[in-house]
Amino acid sequence: MTVKQAIAVTVNGKQYQREVEPRLTLADFLRHEINLTGTHLGCEHGVCGACTILLNGLSTRSCLTFAVQAHGQEVTTIEGLAEPDGTLSPLQQAMAENHALQCGFCTPGMLITLTELLRDDPNPDDAKIRETLTGNLCRCTGYSGIVAAARQVAKGGRGIAGD
Amino acid sequence: MGAKQFGARVKRLEDPALLVGSGQYTDDIKLPGTLHAAFVRSPHAAATLRGIDVDAALALPGVRAVFTAKDLPPAMSKMRMPQLVPNAAMQTIRTQHCLVVDEICHVGQAVAVVLADSQYIAEDGVDRVQVDYDVRQAVNDVRDAVKPGSPLVHPDLGSNIVAASPMAYGDVDAAFANAKHVFTEHIWQHRGGGNALEARAILANYDLMNDMLTVWSATQVPHTTRRMIAELMGRNLDQIRVIAPDVGGGFGPKATMYCEDTVIAQIAMQLRRPIKWTEDRREHFLCATQERDQYWDVSIAVDDDGRIIGVRGHLLHDSGAYLPWGIIMPYIAATTMPGPYVIPAYRLDMTVVFTNKVPTTPVRGAGRPQAVFAMERLMDRVARELKLDPSEVRRRNFIQPEQMPYPVGLVFRDGKPLVYDSGDYPKCQEAALKLSRYQDFKPRQAEALEQGRYIGIGIANYVEGTGLGPFEGVTVRVLPNGKVRVITGATNQGQGTRTTLSQIVADAVGCSMEDIVMTLGDTAAIANGLGAFASRQAVNAGSSARIAGLEVRKQILRVAARSLGVPEEQIDLEDGWAISRSGNRQSISFGRLSFASQGMPGFSMEPGDSVGLEHTAFYMPPQAAYCSGTHVAEVEVDVGTGAVKVVNYVVAHDCGTVINPLIVDGQVQGGVAHGIGNALLEWMQYDENAQPITVTFADYLMPMATDVPDCVIEHVETPCPLNPIGAKGAGEGGTIPAAAAIIAAVENALSPFAVFFADTPLVPERIVSALTTANAYRRRHAQK
Ligand code: FES
Ligand code: FES
Repeated sequence: MTVKQAIAVTVNGKQYQREVEPRLTLADFLRHEINLTGTHLGCEHGVCGACTILLNGLSTRSCLTFAVQAHGQEVTTIEGLAEPDGTLSPLQQAMAENHALQCGFCTPGMLITLTELLRDDPNPDDAKIRETLTGNLCRCTGYSGIVAAARQVAKGGRGIAGD
Repeated sequence: MGAKQFGARVKRLEDPALLVGSGQYTDDIKLPGTLHAAFVRSPHAAATLRGIDVDAALALPGVRAVFTAKDLPPAMSKMRMPQLVPNAAMQTIRTQHCLVVDEICHVGQAVAVVLADSQYIAEDGVDRVQVDYDVRQAVNDVRDAVKPGSPLVHPDLGSNIVAASPMAYGDVDAAFANAKHVFTEHIWQHRGGGNALEARAILANYDLMNDMLTVWSATQVPHTTRRMIAELMGRNLDQIRVIAPDVGGGFGPKATMYCEDTVIAQIAMQLRRPIKWTEDRREHFLCATQERDQYWDVSIAVDDDGRIIGVRGHLLHDSGAYLPWGIIMPYIAATTMPGPYVIPAYRLDMTVVFTNKVPTTPVRGAGRPQAVFAMERLMDRVARELKLDPSEVRRRNFIQPEQMPYPVGLVFRDGKPLVYDSGDYPKCQEAALKLSRYQDFKPRQAEALEQGRYIGIGIANYVEGTGLGPFEGVTVRVLPNGKVRVITGATNQGQGTRTTLSQIVADAVGCSMEDIVMTLGDTAAIANGLGAFASRQAVNAGSSARIAGLEVRKQILRVAARSLGVPEEQIDLEDGWAISRSGNRQSISFGRLSFASQGMPGFSMEPGDSVGLEHTAFYMPPQAAYCSGTHVAEVEVDVGTGAVKVVNYVVAHDCGTVINPLIVDGQVQGGVAHGIGNALLEWMQYDENAQPITVTFADYLMPMATDVPDCVIEHVETPCPLNPIGAKGAGEGGTIPAAAAIIAAVENALSPFAVFFADTPLVPERIVSALTTANAYRRRHAQK
């Protein structure tokens, strides 16, 4: 068996130190080594976007990233988007208000992708929101609630947590 | 009883947990000591298993066991999966073994399973299992499979034909003999998948102390799964508990019985270790059931006014290698085709055939999208040939609301005569035309054309049998702390079942939605259940929730009247309190009443008292509830690239009484997205050896955010007279007519070139190749 490597990754502001195989994906590290199962795997080949996390603030496929690549880096997952006191971010609230999720499986990726978008462009138009979301598949909602949630936060101009 | 929640746009109770990542999907559940499973799967579509060598896999550190059919209990290894819905027309009920014994009939069939300390090691182990196959010739195309001399999918059966039977009423031959006009279409509908974003997943654990086998499964149907596992394992039903935790989408394929469920459960018993298997996307493409492959040759006979005299034809259905759901898709298709139209005579001969592909079972729509596509293509053809507007041809043929209940003349798949219970088809179409600004589309189209833009509009109507039985149960129980426990066999893969049932119970009992605690998808909580398929849960579980809730309300009033010393008629139930309307509005909480309802040790109950505040109802629908609707799609086609953009999409539909418009809108919008996928993108392809060639989301294209417009949705509510809440199903109507409307719109956009389409998916290259052979297109381009 391959030699394990020691890594230290900061996830949602907390540092985790583990010994991992070099082939362990970041997604599996998050889900099974540190038990943050909010990040989901829908394809494990980089298309569906369910596994999207922020790596040093940039949206990244955790299924296509090895855990060792995150050594010394900062990761934000869906578990890190609400305020420390549990208050949902404006985007999370808007998702509930606009029925932007059904089964919730794509939701972690949707939240991360839109969190990044709205941080970098507080006022995207619908076309930009949709274009940004092309990296995230949702089989349930037909996207309109997700787009509406982003639109609502954009209009509200409230800025969002998680960056 | 005031309807505070029923009908309101209530935010979902499911969302708060899912929005912070604390949902519990099967793969999220961790049990100490779990072994991880990975399956060895056949790379051949048709083969005989000669031998398996597992030594190299077992030698790998971390691999704990490898199971083949021989390692399962002998009785189990010989049994085939249960046949869920046998039908007299079936000449065979062939299903598959748990693990391959000798025959291999599609790529991906499970030959062996490796159990290891981690998923990674299990997959390493799979690579080291050596399997010896005798490869046979496979048959991929259902049109070849029916030909004499075709390779046989199951050589021992001597034929690839599963069933050949007619669906008919009236004298169709006479109708055609006397018809002024007869038009024929040859139609093909692709095969695709449900592709829930969460693939399948199972975790099984055997608890020796309680002699209980618990299985968590990403399934739509936990009770049916339990029954199958009990049958195959020969185990007492009630010593198996199947739980569907959070499930990441269903869409049909998760209502199928799969060999993996039983194999994993059995191994957990044998090894006395928790076993987890999580399907990857490639496996899902190989092994999760699919649907829609059908070829239709259909003709319509009409008079000079475009009034239908008869419809007849043939339907060829590809059932894949096995029959887990029997022949219900072609059956539903054949009974759905007449739709909202008066058709005096009808005959559809269906032939159901094996191929060496993964079995077909219901996928959102279940045979209906194909039927609607066939019927609506014929209606568009009539319009074109008789130079009538497509909406007018449809209007002339509608069943009128005053004809309800309307007997079609066939027997539906619920075994009952196909009788539409209610509906107003002309009104739905009227509403959809208005919302889509259909009347002024022609000038808009002409204007666009002048700018070199090709826009088109298409209509499709449907009637859908929903809310199928046999039953779904709901228990309502007031707990001593005042909370109201609701238990149901219904399940949730995103439909918001928890929310809708809570709305119904809150109103019926008189409590707040926050006070409801719900258990769903757990066989230990309610003895019998079915789960999610055929848009049935709102109708069945919703009705049971109303009935059980009202019964508990009666019980509460009875105990409250005694406690408060006022007549029942003078008591209001609100927010979990019984409040006297008279005097100083004395009140008592549901929690106290729950205590009181238990009686006192040694004392007799009052005659007529119930024990506890609790009732279980099993609503059994007398027949299907028929919902209906009209879709209007507007598209723009790029004649250079063949790209189609759906620019506007209108749905006017009748799902009876709407329980929660937020959720119904979501079901419709999501259903339309699935339909757009079917119409333009999704195509599960196999090569001539029946080798799947689209096994990633990069090859099999799912609709993206840029492919799906925000639908304009109108609810035309005609309450279903058959159930206590007036509901009809809403889960599939968004998908069913979508391909028909969209392809019609593409044709309409390209009307200057007179190109016609009768297939889905209509991918860009097919549009371009149709255009390049169209004279009008060539002439126009020659001029440029
Ligand atoms: S799981 Fe990473 S993109 Fe699908
Ligand atoms: S909510 Fe189910 S995939 Fe998006």
